[in-house]
Amino acid sequence: MSDTAIGSHAIPSPAPIPVREIAPWLIFGLLMLLALYFVGAEEGATSIIPGMYVHEWVHDSRHLLGFPCH
Amino acid sequence: MTVVIFWVFPATDMENRMMVRTLLIRGMLVGFLAGILVFSFAKVFGEPQVDHAIAFESAMDEAKAKADLERGIHDVEEPELVSRKLQASYGLLTGVMVYSTAFGGLFALVFSYANGRMRSTDPRVVSVLLAITGIIAVYVVPSIKYPANPPSVGNPDTIGMRTELYFIMMLVSLLGMIVATMLQGRLRQQYNTWTATYLAGACYILIVFTTGELLPAVNEVPSNFPADLLWNFRIDSLGMQIIMWATLGLGFGAFTEYANRNRFGYRSGAKAQLHVH
Repeated sequence: MSDTAIGSHAIPSPAPIPVREIAPWLIFGLLMLLALYFVGAEEGATSIIPGMYVHEWVHDSRHLLGFPCH
Repeated sequence: MTVVIFWVFPATDMENRMMVRTLLIRGMLVGFLAGILVFSFAKVFGEPQVDHAIAFESAMDEAKAKADLERGIHDVEEPELVSRKLQASYGLLTGVMVYSTAFGGLFALVFSYANGRMRSTDPRVVSVLLAITGIIAVYVVPSIKYPANPPSVGNPDTIGMRTELYFIMMLVSLLGMIVATMLQGRLRQQYNTWTATYLAGACYILIVFTTGELLPAVNEVPSNFPADLLWNFRIDSLGMQIIMWATLGLGFGAFTEYANRNRFGYRSGAKAQLHVH
């Protein structure tokens, strides 16, 4: 019995996931962009929820994460 | 008897769909984990800078109120909607956790497309490469043009314009990175990987440099604002991003490799073994 190492090219590469199988999950991508909007820009340049509460609540993270503020 | 161990990747639609789901959940979990690390760093290093900047702002406001009072004008102090204590603790935690978890999910979606379409077949390498291109496109390049600013830097009247410019810069940088990546794939067929990456990188730099030159500059730093405070704040902001993207890149790849190993009994990077009995 002997172990023979063969070249790594013998390993089949992972098959790409077809785009049509990824597409339905992009709805979650949009939800994540919405979440980022609330951290980064809500009640700054534009506003969905009236008042300044969201802005003030995430104020420190907005500054530290590099978003324009005030 | 000869057994060649192959990595049999799921090929059916249903399995692919479940695979994206698994990756998405994994991405958000790693993002959540990254958020805890980013928050700890921000709490220890970032918050003192925010406090110093707010102290500077208060001192400026007080001086202005005093000067106004001498001229007979009474300044109205703005009511504090969320206390500083809450902003610096649960507020910061919320923002950072939402940000990191969301980026974890987006990272996973990009990974589910990129894995198997890149030269490397090792999920750890794919993941790290995505994180490096991610931090450059999403944070480093946009903030070279429009850097992170502490409180008291920035005119409230220009917030709309500044936000617009920042997101334009980020969008162009992200699109530029996508174009450069596609170009790299195309060029790789003609040249070697090094040359292809070199040319694609130059293409990305050309795109973001031109855009940066065309967009207007924003400088609203008060003339007497401490330079070292501004520097420390920006370095801490960069530090948070490095922690988040490093955790995503290394963590997501490691978890994926671990899952593949358990599922397929296959080790990326190791050479396929030919057992001869």
